[in-house]
Amino acid sequence: MSPTEPGAAAPVYDVPGPRTDPAPLRDAAARRPRGLGRGSGLLRSELRTTFLRGRTLVMLAVLAAVPVLVGVAVRFETGGDEGGAGAGPAFIAQVTHNGLFLVFTALAATLPVFLPMAVGVVAGDAIAGEAATGTLRYLLVAPAGRVRLLLVKYATTLAFCLVATLTVAGSALAVGALLFPLGKVTLLSGTTVPLVEGLLRAVAVAVAVAVSLVGVAALGLFVSTLTNSGIAAMATTVGLVITVQILNAVPQLEMIQPYLFSHYWLSFADLLRSPVEWSDLLSNVGLQGLYAAVFGSAAWARFTTRDITV
Amino acid sequence: MGTSTTSEPETVIATRDLTKRFRGGQLAVDRLDLTVPRGSVFGFLGPNGSGKTTTIRMLMGLIEPTSGSTALLGRPMPVEAGRVLPEVGALIEGPALYGFLSGRANLARIDAADPTSEPRTRRARVDTALKRVGLAAAATKKARAYSLGMKQRLGLAAALLKPRSLLVLDEPTNGLDPQGMREIRALIRELAADGTTIFLSSHLLDEIEQVCTHAAVMSQGRLLTQGPVADLAAGARGRLVVTTPDPGEAARVLEVHGVHGITVSGPRVTGHPPAVDPPDLADLNAALVRSGVRVRSFAIEGTSLEEAFVALTGEGFHVSD
Ligand SMILES: Nc1ncnc2c1ncn2[C@@H]1O[C@H](COP(=O)(O)OP(=O)(O)OP(=O)(O)O)[C@@H](O)[C@H]1O
Ligand SMILES: [Mg+2]
Repeated sequence: MSPTEPGAAAPVYDVPGPRTDPAPLRDAAARRPRGLGRGSGLLRSELRTTFLRGRTLVMLAVLAAVPVLVGVAVRFETGGDEGGAGAGPAFIAQVTHNGLFLVFTALAATLPVFLPMAVGVVAGDAIAGEAATGTLRYLLVAPAGRVRLLLVKYATTLAFCLVATLTVAGSALAVGALLFPLGKVTLLSGTTVPLVEGLLRAVAVAVAVAVSLVGVAALGLFVSTLTNSGIAAMATTVGLVITVQILNAVPQLEMIQPYLFSHYWLSFADLLRSPVEWSDLLSNVGLQGLYAAVFGSAAWARFTTRDITV
Repeated sequence: MGTSTTSEPETVIATRDLTKRFRGGQLAVDRLDLTVPRGSVFGFLGPNGSGKTTTIRMLMGLIEPTSGSTALLGRPMPVEAGRVLPEVGALIEGPALYGFLSGRANLARIDAADPTSEPRTRRARVDTALKRVGLAAAATKKARAYSLGMKQRLGLAAALLKPRSLLVLDEPTNGLDPQGMREIRALIRELAADGTTIFLSSHLLDEIEQVCTHAAVMSQGRLLTQGPVADLAAGARGRLVVTTPDPGEAARVLEVHGVHGITVSGPRVTGHPPAVDPPDLADLNAALVRSGVRVRSFAIEGTSLEEAFVALTGEGFHVSD
């Protein structure tokens, strides 16, 4: 076959046949992604794959159901005491007066267990799940690039943190508006602010809750690089989440508690004061950043040197 | 074969002293020096556990060699993986799929993983690859509902998403029905005719013999031999087997015509035709008949590569561990 003839059996490839280009290797480097476009394809694929997956949708549905249960319980059990829905500040008593408080109640109820568990599943499965099915080797020879793949996986897990939190908040807002009156919001500090400001503060609370999950996400991703079993990685991560929650509740362990990723989780309530008390909120951001840096680096160190034998 | 541009390296795969010792202490690949010339269809032969897949994993940068080096398309691996691998299609130890995605979505994801692939033509590339392996009709089916052979085809399609300089196929016909095997062989020949170098591992000797121009033989992690198939098979021809009610006379006639190593058991007479200046088998048969030998059957048994292989490994074709 002549050198100028593209492969007849390859009509739609984006470059002509391999023998038509005089440069060795057709200079793949020159066609590396610069901006979005080519390079972001994997991120978009990962987001689609994660969020359209049945398992993810089930978890989001369960998270969305929590505010419904709490809302219905409060609506039809009014007069009951305010226990049960989590260790957070007593938002639940306010729900009957203002449906917006269902958002805070639901976030306080899901943050200790449901949300980190869901994040643990997604993060733990990120690399280990691909290894278990063998698809990891095909992504790597594509070649996805190990660092790029890890970053894409972490970005997607963080996106899941945000989406999961917004799912709880959105469902709570809808249920709250449906079952209870909405109106001016009395903050924890006693000040009353208009509903619009209350809504903005609710958005800020949701973001603070999502940020609280950044550490768990990094931890789960690291665990995910250690094993070839998605199930084992998910179980380990969820187990760690529960262990840390227990450690954070044991008074004798006060010394280590400021370093546990869940230590400042309830600081989101400080956004409901006027003026906002920033210290714990910022401590939380710093701690989550620390976890992301430490476990992100560990994941990088492990994943970039690991033998892919599955 | 179209080998026109001279700036591309003539050696597509080159390993030097490539060695892999797994953490358990298992020496899977032992000082391998492999040279795969451009444009060849290179058969990588060896019994189960001889280190074929481990070698391929090192070639593709999936595992780190314990010592030694590899170069693909003239560039060192794994340092230049990002530049080299878009040029290389691979099927490694069977296909791996996202069961919850359709065949088409599976390919789109692998295509998206390659940062050099153009998103706007992705759909067309995916559909062409599906068509090429005969999966167009099952494109929208969830991959978990694929049969073994369909999965294997989808794995091949992923390797064919782009025009490649090199295809590395680890037992590509595994799980395929005879028709599927023929199709894959035809596909390999077609790709080779386009100038793609194909590195094909297999333990099916006749498969290698049918499609390969070159071959290498592995045993217990070591390379026993490599070179053009014709050279490997030379000197180790198949056995001549004659069945006849006149075995004594047949043996005498065959011996006169240079056949050596003759054994007679009942009506079966076997022997090796001479390696140098071999007689035309038709003439040999005619000579038997002329001498009054009543020939029931007359055939060459065992592929020549199989003979070569048995001669090399000394132990035949089974797991050596
Ligand atoms: N991850 C691993 N850890 C330890 N030993 C391994 C590992 N993978 C492979 N081996 C060993 O290395 C040797 C070579 O295995 P490999 O998979 O390369 O063989 P192969 O030639 O591909 O065999 P087959 O024809 O069965 O596919 C075997 O003895 C195997 O047990
Ligand atoms: Mg193998």
